[in-house]
Amino acid sequence: MDELCTGLCRLMVDSGADAGLAQFLSLLVGVLLVSGVPLLTVILLIWIERKVAARIQDRIGPNRVGPIGLMQTFADLLKLLGKEDITPTSADRWLYNAAPLVSFASVVLIWAVVPFTPFHYGVDLEIGALFFVAVASFGTLAIMVAGWASNNKYALLGAFRVVSLLVSYEVPLVFALLVPVLLAGSMSMLDIVNAQTGMWFVVLSPLAFVIFYVSSQAETGRAPFDLIEAESELVAGFNIEYSGMKFGMFFAAEFLHVFTNGILMALLFFGGWLGPLYYESPLIAFAWLGLKGGVIYLTTLWLRNTVPRLRIDQIMAFNWKFLVPLSIANLIFISAALKVMQEIGWAPRDMIGAGFGELVPTTVVLLLINGAMIIYLLGILRKRGQEARRESQATRAALAHAAADQGAA
Amino acid sequence: MELNAVTIGFAVFTIFTLGGGFGVVTTRNLFQGTIWLMVSLFGVAGYFILLSAPFLAAVQILVYIGAIAILITFAVMLTRSVTRIKARYVRLIPSFIGSLVLFLILLLGITIPIFGGQLPESAPEYVATTRELGTALVDENGFVVPFMLASVLLTAAMIGAIFIARDENA
Amino acid sequence: MNILNEWAFVGLFAVMAPVFPALPIVIAWLFRPRKPNVLKSSTYECGVETIGDTWVQFRVQYYIYGLIFLVFDVEMVFLFPWAVAYNEMSLFGFVAGFLFIFLLTDALFYAWKKNALDWK
Repeated sequence: MDELCTGLCRLMVDSGADAGLAQFLSLLVGVLLVSGVPLLTVILLIWIERKVAARIQDRIGPNRVGPIGLMQTFADLLKLLGKEDITPTSADRWLYNAAPLVSFASVVLIWAVVPFTPFHYGVDLEIGALFFVAVASFGTLAIMVAGWASNNKYALLGAFRVVSLLVSYEVPLVFALLVPVLLAGSMSMLDIVNAQTGMWFVVLSPLAFVIFYVSSQAETGRAPFDLIEAESELVAGFNIEYSGMKFGMFFAAEFLHVFTNGILMALLFFGGWLGPLYYESPLIAFAWLGLKGGVIYLTTLWLRNTVPRLRIDQIMAFNWKFLVPLSIANLIFISAALKVMQEIGWAPRDMIGAGFGELVPTTVVLLLINGAMIIYLLGILRKRGQEARRESQATRAALAHAAADQGAA
Repeated sequence: MELNAVTIGFAVFTIFTLGGGFGVVTTRNLFQGTIWLMVSLFGVAGYFILLSAPFLAAVQILVYIGAIAILITFAVMLTRSVTRIKARYVRLIPSFIGSLVLFLILLLGITIPIFGGQLPESAPEYVATTRELGTALVDENGFVVPFMLASVLLTAAMIGAIFIARDENA
Repeated sequence: MNILNEWAFVGLFAVMAPVFPALPIVIAWLFRPRKPNVLKSSTYECGVETIGDTWVQFRVQYYIYGLIFLVFDVEMVFLFPWAVAYNEMSLFGFVAGFLFIFLLTDALFYAWKKNALDWK
């Protein structure tokens, strides 16, 4: 957006506008252009989400409004506009109304640092990767506020569970995020993508990608971590008292967040716009990014519609006793191996600009380390699964035994 | 003072910081107090950006809004119903004098050692990058000892917290 | 673009971001029906009358997770600059970072052994 802003600014100053005002207006145009991308995609996303869920569950899904139901979202929007907005009398009005706005805004704000092509991006902040983690914490706070301001026991309980889930899964998320930051030696999203010219980071550390994928699935509150909704236990969780458009905003924020995570993963691990012919035209680069992000997004939908929900104790145990130690171990092993290889000159000091050939030894060693870790982990998981099955079998046998005793007496 | 993006930003963040602080001391509701505190700390994050230290701004938001706010809320909810504190703290004059004295001490005690009677300088043109910060943190001539001490402190904090908060019969 | 200009963009983005969701809510406010009554705007808890205050006492486990998270949050803050400077670092710098992580992993295992990570 840089050239566009300066160009626009100069144009306005030339035609006699005040310099400060011109700068402000050109910035505003930039903001609207960048934020337009997520706002337009979210309309499409709602349709995709419903259609994919329907197909996985062997239904047809929306097919009435427009061709293959494409206009369904607009019909929904019109319906939501006409819905009565019920605010409970005991709610804290200000906070109650602010929560959906903050929730949606926290997701849109991530797009400020998302580069679309090598030349088209909002801003390329030096702290880009940290920026989107920091911004996401507003979303967590919004959920807490929504739960508290509703003044409803279920909403508060739901919010508490969700918030403790969100903060817990932020730990492995950030430790996994540290791997691309470390490999690229920069937090700028543009640098992270450029550092993958030689080799995608998903190849250098598949484990980091898997951890990031799982914890971002949890961060968006999708199955198997969908404590956010938990219809059967908490009525609807933190947004139980919300209706009409405000409820719609929480939902749109969630849909958008899932897609945003897909794009972020494409940028951090799959080389963003890097692909054949990306340098020919920004459109091709943009298409590559969209394709990679879209595929990752579809797999999250697939996962969401396939696996059942976990219990909160299982979710917490999985995070603190499995993902967190694993993500720390991954960071330690990757960084140690890379440093040793840099010291003996097998690995380049700087990934940005390093070609494929230079990176072959690095790739092989890092991949071997990750492979060994994965094999070891699968062993642990298999043992854990056997234990759990044995335990549950024992409990069931004991129960059956007790019932038989009772029948005899 | 000329009107530009920096002065506007400074005004906005000052309103956030002071307004948030005012909200904290006037509200009777502990949860609302937490939110006001976060508004205030958000303003401080804005100051960091104006001082060209975006990394510290992100840290401010990540640690305070992302963690401390949540922690305070959890702590508030651990207590019994104290949403609306009935009893008022009425000794206004002693607290007024006390806060005034504290304010003066801070005003003199912090400004004099820093500026030493000179006019305050504006932020330096040179902006340190995060990379330089990272290099300095682990440099043997830099801050490696404080860096390791921070780790020990964090470990101690965690062990202490678990020791205090753990269940008696666990 | 200098650093403050970048952040002016982010600041403007942050101002605009809540406006986007506010727009449909305001438009809906113009069109929607308004027929509140006492029952409708009472708290919804499964259709049964609400009993007592919402402020129920929560379990201490939430707080413990919050504390552990806070410690890790501060640790991650230190690790970001370390990761950014990693490529230029000597072996000494790397070992310092390694020890930093290692000490906190110790704390995690302490919490694990004290059963502070169990959902009770």
